[in-house]
Amino acid sequence: MSEKIQSALKAFGEKGSVEIDGAVKGAAAYSVQADLFAHAGRVLKEEGFRLAAEWASDETPFGRGFAVHAVYASAGDYLIIKTEVPRDEPSFQSLTKYFPAASRFERQINSLMGIVPEGHPDLRPWIKHEDWPVDAWPLRKSFDGNEPMPRMSGDYQWVMAEGEGVFEVAVGPVHAGIIEPGHFRFQAVGENIINLETRFGYVHKGIEKRFEALSWNEAVKLAGRVSGDSTVAHTEAFCVAAEEASACTPPERARYIRAIMMERERIANHLGDIGAICNDTAFAFLHYQFSILREKVLRTNKAIFGHRLMMDSVCLGGVTKDISIAGIDLMLEEARSVLEEFERLIKIYENNPSQEDRLYNTGVLTPEMAKLIGAVGFVARSSGQNMDVRRDRQYAPYDTHALVVPVLSSGDVHARAWVRVEEVRESYRLIKEFIGSLPAGPIAAGWNPPLPGASGFSAVEGWRGEVIYWVSCGPGGNINRCMVRDASSVNWLSIEQAIHGNIVPDFPLCNKSFNQSYSGHDL
Amino acid sequence: MIRQYYPILIESLQVILVLLGGPLLVGWVRMLKCWTQGRRSAGLLQPMRDVTKLFVKETVLAENASWIFRSTPYIVFGATLMAGAIIPVVSADLPLAATADIIALVAIFALARFFTALAGLDTGTAFGGMGTSREMMVSSLAEPAVLMSVFTVSLVSHSTSLSHMVHELTTVSFVLRPSLAFALLAFILIAIAETGRIPVDNPSTHLELTMIHEAMLLEYSGRHLALIEWASMMKLFLFASLGIALFLPWGIAGIDDPGMLPVALVALAVKLALTGVFIVLVETGLSKMRIFRVAEFLGMAFLLASLGMLSYFILE
Repeated sequence: MSEKIQSALKAFGEKGSVEIDGAVKGAAAYSVQADLFAHAGRVLKEEGFRLAAEWASDETPFGRGFAVHAVYASAGDYLIIKTEVPRDEPSFQSLTKYFPAASRFERQINSLMGIVPEGHPDLRPWIKHEDWPVDAWPLRKSFDGNEPMPRMSGDYQWVMAEGEGVFEVAVGPVHAGIIEPGHFRFQAVGENIINLETRFGYVHKGIEKRFEALSWNEAVKLAGRVSGDSTVAHTEAFCVAAEEASACTPPERARYIRAIMMERERIANHLGDIGAICNDTAFAFLHYQFSILREKVLRTNKAIFGHRLMMDSVCLGGVTKDISIAGIDLMLEEARSVLEEFERLIKIYENNPSQEDRLYNTGVLTPEMAKLIGAVGFVARSSGQNMDVRRDRQYAPYDTHALVVPVLSSGDVHARAWVRVEEVRESYRLIKEFIGSLPAGPIAAGWNPPLPGASGFSAVEGWRGEVIYWVSCGPGGNINRCMVRDASSVNWLSIEQAIHGNIVPDFPLCNKSFNQSYSGHDL
Repeated sequence: MIRQYYPILIESLQVILVLLGGPLLVGWVRMLKCWTQGRRSAGLLQPMRDVTKLFVKETVLAENASWIFRSTPYIVFGATLMAGAIIPVVSADLPLAATADIIALVAIFALARFFTALAGLDTGTAFGGMGTSREMMVSSLAEPAVLMSVFTVSLVSHSTSLSHMVHELTTVSFVLRPSLAFALLAFILIAIAETGRIPVDNPSTHLELTMIHEAMLLEYSGRHLALIEWASMMKLFLFASLGIALFLPWGIAGIDDPGMLPVALVALAVKLALTGVFIVLVETGLSKMRIFRVAEFLGMAFLLASLGMLSYFILE
């Protein structure tokens, strides 16, 4: 157990006792009395932890009520604090006082599980829209997902702004481009944005509920479809959580292949995003050139893994596709040609003053704000937060292959683009290293369902940032609850903050520089 | 016989040229753009196909749209065509050019813009209002600059009548005039702003929040949209040919010189093709500027135009 967690436990211990929660694998886990849940949050905040996720589970199959879980993170240390909640009039202490990120997690718990966070300032529904009955709580075991529901009507209370010359611009959920749906509501004076309120949930598919009805192998496929552009990250995160729960260790070669696929996913998405940022400043030339590079990467994926996005290439206990010698040659050849062209394009990107004028100082997310929100991934790294799960958690093969984590502090659109530029270079370097030391051996180990009651936790660094899964096994060896936390769930909070003081026509550019997932957030 | 009908013939030729030239020029620009970006183009005729397609599509009207919204497409199209009838594109001997001078021309464009702006406000959507406010900001800065720029040419040619100006400029022997050089630079900057090209506006964006001109047109569909799109293509053609007529008039057929017409047509095609190349070079090399930079950009145009006028009095 790390020193940080020990010191936190010591600080906590002055007020009450904590019990080790032995059922959880993959992270330190403790359970506390209901009245100490918020106290634990306060102590951990003081110890420098951030709130990584908060969720509730229905423990009816075990003959218990509900449980509320919060996972805190500090560097590579993850600490889960759980508290039991009675079935009648369920409620728990809100953590919003200490962690702004708790705000949406708890609204989600309230909307989908029907457990009230006490002391939460904003109990409007989140993800669940007003055409649902108020007392339909889909994540409860008593809710039957196959039954049709009556359609209700109601109003969502938007934040209002009043004053001379203040007007509102509502954008979405259907947008002009082919992008995912989300609603953005601006209060503006002239071109200046004074407030932005976002609303999501338009692509809520009931993924977390669906997990509970699937077998473990089907669940792997579902995880790969939470957010199509991060299919490898989500599948891997789910598999690692399930492997932790059942104490299965994938073979070395499988871990290397997983890491190679993760880096390839990162490269493809970063290439597409850098181009898309250029497109939003009407610099279409770079957009098309970067699209060509992304396409090259996707075609190599298709040739090696049989799927352009490498869907369903990770399985419980390992991977489904091995890399042949020919595949290695193909990858090395692609790395050479893409990198060469990439560097040439980056020079054009760098040497264009009109581009620079648009990207610098636009959409600034200050390091303080990023820390307060608990932002993760490249969004955090471009706002001065030195974090990367690959390095901090040292999971194989990153334990034996050091990586350089680029960190910028300006937090503007340029920083978010430039961190990605550096990451593309680093990912290609890593891929070459992995290929150089790719161990021989099997690509998958046998996997058995976990023991009833056991649960597994995992955190991996997807291309957007930290992806967290927590999966618990029910009495019959089935999935009792699977919690999904994409990087977007916390990073979406940051766009509302980054847009303050910007002008309306710069919003699409800012949004593109974050490029968070709607599907991964809405689930 | 032919002498008698010559004015009518030349005027009809001119109107047909403007009607077809607009979509062709836009098609040419898009073609070049595709090539510079490494894409395959949809061909020279694609803008024409787009317009024809819009004409057969259903026209959807917002519930609270008033007569302003419904009549604006016709006013805009009519005004633009009217402007097309008075700018000497291939021949200085243009009968209608005598009815309106360059100040009236600027006013005709302003009329079209005024109604587009009203239509943008008419449906009461946030985007229309935003687009209108931006368009008005741009035009309030561009119009003085465009007048300053063309007045410099008027000073040089001692007239505000377009026909007379072109005739004057083509007949005098070629002299390097600093005033015209300044006026040309100013005119290029203004034309970019007026026709909504990069770096001022992005004609091909789908991002409503960033649009200037297009934001006012979001509610339009079917034949209304077809007319407006066609008009804005003609506007690009007209600004290009106005620039050609004022600053590079060589090749335009003079008064009583119908034999020059074929040459004039070829010269026009070459000059427009080169204008297209110029537009694409600018648009490939530049990002769209932040909206408040447009003020500086047009301020620069006004400054250049003023310098042109000053240098006429000081140097010439």
